[in-house]
Amino acid sequence: MDIMPKWAEVVLVPLISLLLAAALSALVILGIGEDPVAAVKLMVSGALGSTYGWGYTLYYATNFMFTGLAVAIAFHARMFNIGGEGQAMLGGLGVALACLYIPWPHWSLALIGAALGAAAFGAIWAAIPAYLQAKRGSHIVITTIMFNFIAAAVLNYVLVNLMRPAGSMDPATAQFPKTVHLPTLHDLLAPLGISFSKAAPANVSLIVAVLACVFLWVLIWRTRIGYEIRAYGHSESAAKYAGISPVKITMIAMLISGGLAGMMAINNVMGEAERLVLNATEGAGFIGIAVALMGRSHPLGVFLAAILFGFLYQGGAELALWTSIPRELIVVIQALVILFTGALDNMVRLPLEKLFLMLRKGGV
Amino acid sequence: MDFMTLIQLLDSTIRLATPLLLACLAGLFSERAGIFDIGLEGKMLAAAFFSAAIAALSGSVWLGLLAGIGASLLLSALHGLASITFRGNQLISGVAINFLAAGMTVLIAQDWFRQGGRTPSLSGNARFEPITLPGADQLAQVPVIGPLYAELISGHSILVYMAFAAVPLTWWVLYRTRFGLRLRAVGENPAAVDTAGVSVIALRYAAVAICGLLCGIAGAYLSTALQAGFVKDMSAGRGFIALAALIFAKWRPWHALYATLLFGLFGALETRPDVITAVIGMKVQGQLLGALPYIMTVIILAGFVGKAIPPRAGGLPYVKER
Repeated sequence: MDIMPKWAEVVLVPLISLLLAAALSALVILGIGEDPVAAVKLMVSGALGSTYGWGYTLYYATNFMFTGLAVAIAFHARMFNIGGEGQAMLGGLGVALACLYIPWPHWSLALIGAALGAAAFGAIWAAIPAYLQAKRGSHIVITTIMFNFIAAAVLNYVLVNLMRPAGSMDPATAQFPKTVHLPTLHDLLAPLGISFSKAAPANVSLIVAVLACVFLWVLIWRTRIGYEIRAYGHSESAAKYAGISPVKITMIAMLISGGLAGMMAINNVMGEAERLVLNATEGAGFIGIAVALMGRSHPLGVFLAAILFGFLYQGGAELALWTSIPRELIVVIQALVILFTGALDNMVRLPLEKLFLMLRKGGV
Repeated sequence: MDFMTLIQLLDSTIRLATPLLLACLAGLFSERAGIFDIGLEGKMLAAAFFSAAIAALSGSVWLGLLAGIGASLLLSALHGLASITFRGNQLISGVAINFLAAGMTVLIAQDWFRQGGRTPSLSGNARFEPITLPGADQLAQVPVIGPLYAELISGHSILVYMAFAAVPLTWWVLYRTRFGLRLRAVGENPAAVDTAGVSVIALRYAAVAICGLLCGIAGAYLSTALQAGFVKDMSAGRGFIALAALIFAKWRPWHALYATLLFGLFGALETRPDVITAVIGMKVQGQLLGALPYIMTVIILAGFVGKAIPPRAGGLPYVKER
């Protein structure tokens, strides 16, 4: 029997964790001699005060939705995929190959093609650790960490030695052709009579990310395979007894996870940079961990947490621009969120459970 | 390749292997007691910053070393609190510690020194200077043994000798003391240790503290001996290479030495592509050498070349009664 009512589990625990992380972050800002209230005001006006700010917030949020969903589906199968970063890097390679070497007639077809390429490359990069976990018992956390570094080396080699245009010093691919340019939110909203900033990078990938959230919800709670993944995550032995193959579930969950992480590349590589550069992912794969933990691995939670982190990212950039607070403040906030919602979960949960037990006894 | 090039190559192997060795032994203590630690990287980074910062402010590298160890111990305490006391997920706690260190070091560095997230350059007493071992100058002229002693063995900072001395010490503590026996037992079967009336919690906290101590020395070495000052993200994945070396060594102290020396050699070769070309007559990509420790670890983990079996209770929080 559940000790806490569902709303406390879903809303109260993450909220308290978030408040703790926010309080500590405020202390950090105070510690470096800045005013936390002014900082929050600046972040809100910078990230949400204009369509330009919103454009960046939603652009970052799109990245985090993909990587957050990737971590979340792995969590459902009780696996920790730290390799989102490497899978997203490889996804970028898939996008670059699709955009540079296939003559697409229209951006919509190019988007489908590039998304498939990105997902395939990300999924392959996740498939090797998944196979090693399922068949050889190698710990997936360690192998995915190693694969992040290997992915960085592979990408470095490919960009410097193979895909760099002749005569260019920059370790990056050539610019993608004009036909694969994805419409930004400005282009999409203009026909509806809504004016949106032209300079902001948020683009049609946002819609793909939202669709991915819906897809994952349907997959996890409305399909047979989703049920099997959750059953396996709750109890491996019970799932085995029910005839669910651990190898199959590990592989499927990780393929979906890697595919989702890889698909992030349609946003940052195809939608924004329009060429593949080194370090295109900018740590978004790791932020996915914080997003999934905060969103309690639920697609709706991931959606909301991704927007929150998009806001933090854009707000943090504004802070670095206008105050002496470096961008790294966001890394600290991210660490605190991971700490409180992930590792110190019991610190928040146990006192709350006690409180609800007392309340219930008092009521009866 | 002539003899002097070989000596130089081995010399930089030792320099690059030292932080890996210290972090690897740190991980060894923690994981042998059943606490996974992917936060080695963060602890090293925090220690690197605080040793360089305090050394720069006080002018004494020894105070810097103490500050670095202190910072690393603090993060260890956080890891212990999350994974031992609150029985949280040890891997997630490690990830959080890595990010916390990456962010806080730059934030504090910017606040204290305003040099774009770095500390001022260290010199004189604020740095660990190379030590010339007795007789090195006199022996230097003797062929073969002379350069070997004067260039390769002599002329490192005190922390390098401490790191190499830590290997037999670790072996002795783990395999020849009562504490070591209990520590290994708590990583394999904590319930048995508990039944014997020994505190699982205390043992695990002790292991995590030793891990913090060693990571602290590793971080201090990076910023006050290997380089002269702290720069942003200077640990550069060394904590993860140490983790790879730990698996490669199958959680054994002497093998940790061999593994980190091997990975140190890869690092040294990465800066000398001319040597590789001269020896094997073929150009090897720098990226391949950089990724080799990770690739080799995956192969070892996959059990294609001997199986790496971690301590059995690793990663599991201990619950006294269910």
